[in-house]
Amino acid sequence: MSSTTNSPTHHTSTIGAIGAPSRRNTELALLVFAVVIPVFAYANVGLAINDEVPAGLLSYGIGLGLLAGIGHLVVRKFAPYADPLLLPLATLLNGLGLVAIWRLDQSKLLQSLPNYVTAAPRQLLYTALGIAMFVVVLIFLKDHRALQRYTYISMFVALVLLLLPLVPGLGADVFGAKIWIRVPGLGSVQPGEFAKIVLAVFFAGYLMVKRDALALASRRFMGLYLPRGRDLGPILVVWAISILILVFETDLGTSLLFFGMFVIMLYVATERTSWIVFGLLMSAVGAVGVASFEPHIQTRVQAWLDPMREYMLSRNGSNDGILHSEQAMQALWAFGSGGTLGTGWGQGHSELIRFAANSDFILATFGEELGLAGVMAILLIYALIVERGVRTALAARDPFGKLLAVGLSGAFALQVFVVAGGVMGLIPLTGMTMPFLAYGGSSVLANWALIGILMRISDTARRPAPAPAPNPDAEMTQVVRP
Amino acid sequence: MSELTLTVMRLGFLAVLWLFVIVAVQVIRSDLFGTRVTQRGARREAARPQQAARQAAPPQQRGQQGGGRQRRNAPTKLVVSEGTLTGTTVALQGQTITLGRAHDSTIVLDDDYASSRHARIYPDRDGQWIVEDLGSTNGTYLDRTRLTTPTPIPLGAPIRIGKTVIELRK
Repeated sequence: MSSTTNSPTHHTSTIGAIGAPSRRNTELALLVFAVVIPVFAYANVGLAINDEVPAGLLSYGIGLGLLAGIGHLVVRKFAPYADPLLLPLATLLNGLGLVAIWRLDQSKLLQSLPNYVTAAPRQLLYTALGIAMFVVVLIFLKDHRALQRYTYISMFVALVLLLLPLVPGLGADVFGAKIWIRVPGLGSVQPGEFAKIVLAVFFAGYLMVKRDALALASRRFMGLYLPRGRDLGPILVVWAISILILVFETDLGTSLLFFGMFVIMLYVATERTSWIVFGLLMSAVGAVGVASFEPHIQTRVQAWLDPMREYMLSRNGSNDGILHSEQAMQALWAFGSGGTLGTGWGQGHSELIRFAANSDFILATFGEELGLAGVMAILLIYALIVERGVRTALAARDPFGKLLAVGLSGAFALQVFVVAGGVMGLIPLTGMTMPFLAYGGSSVLANWALIGILMRISDTARRPAPAPAPNPDAEMTQVVRP
Repeated sequence: MSELTLTVMRLGFLAVLWLFVIVAVQVIRSDLFGTRVTQRGARREAARPQQAARQAAPPQQRGQQGGGRQRRNAPTKLVVSEGTLTGTTVALQGQTITLGRAHDSTIVLDDDYASSRHARIYPDRDGQWIVEDLGSTNGTYLDRTRLTTPTPIPLGAPIRIGKTVIELRK
């Protein structure tokens, strides 16, 4: 890479591109940090609740450390140039989620609920499976461009995954939203979480081929590029499918995630603002339209507009045939009583949320026990994961990798926004899980796979390029003829 | 457990959590990489032990250490004023700049009339910038004269290489 010829003067220096260092040692240091923090939190919960360091501290710490260590070693071997931050950030969130779930397990109120299972050991198992998933992705996905071959198969698989919960006998209606399937011997699986990744593969492959037609063939009207009618086809189809999900599975979250991811990727692929305008208009029309006749969505919207009314209805045992819930109000109270610095681990009362306190509503536990300061830190950690994903997309050299990285990090960001916004009362609540923090096998597995794919793309992107081949016509300089 | 201990742990945990975020952001900061400038030649032996530490420092400091005395009217940048690279500027920091069609030139010229190693521009011992033709096919012109020997470059004088014109500016 040296650019200068030897020179007799001592001023000579070389200019060359600094190759990306592999940064694996940085990752290891951060990873140690990311394991120590949850162990500290775990000890803190034990001291606050039972006045003693919990008995499982050592095994828990070793367990998390071992999982993270395996992940790190595999990255060292199979993706040595991958981004150094993704693994530690995900490990920290997963570890903190485990602590919060264990902390809620300690609550007498939750233990007395019917159907309550001690969640922490299961979540540790899911984490192990999640890391295994991460390892499998890194080992077997040698090059993310291989996924491009499965563009249309991915579309088919994603549709099947999204529609599975509607199959009679397989789908399970859990508190209004039909997003689960029962697999005998395995328990419930949320196929939507996996569909998110498969869909990103399909959108990336499809848009890579069609983006020129979508970007260039358009008329300009009032400052917006209007696409041709036939190019509107795909966005209309995706919109229709997401509306169908909303109607038949009554799940606002998956529908929003599905459509939002498509609009983000469409915008990145074509650089046309008009797609975002169209997307926002269409999702607004769709959401309002469906909300006008779907009672489950209406309840959610009402609980969002007036959580106190829902709370009172639930308390008074209202009998109008609709399931009222005090969750939304309890979550808001949890955030409120947390204040700026929180009550401290184990000293809040977020168990009052009862059902789903350790899954959809887990952010409220962090809000109460770590306060605004802690929630901001956690949201920043999510933001850093998304930032690394987008940075990977910027660094990627192939359009498919770029689109896939943007799609995956966009879906991740949307999911965090939808869940955090719902729990905090910014938007109506939807039945989705906070990635890595919340209790749930599907979510943990799918998100570790997502991180694995991002790391694979970033490894390819940051790997130093091979030295350029000597230019065959380097010496063929034309001669100026007077 | 006493109230005080729990308060200390509570605040301590938040501090550790934020420390992690800050460290992560620092890692991102150190992850931005540009170009590496390595001293060569006579200072090589002396510079070697310090090189590792210097690589992180901004390049301006290094350039001045290597370039010795900076003259008051010294040019600070090289500007391409004609040709396909019009508008490109290269900061002059005491390093040699090579021009040509070869991939490893400092300024790679996409120009059929330039040779692969066409010319170089370097500062002499007093910090005066010199242009030297490296035996090119079509020659290097300073103003209107074809160069035969290494020649000092006056500020703002056009140097023509094929279809490209460059000049030094303050």
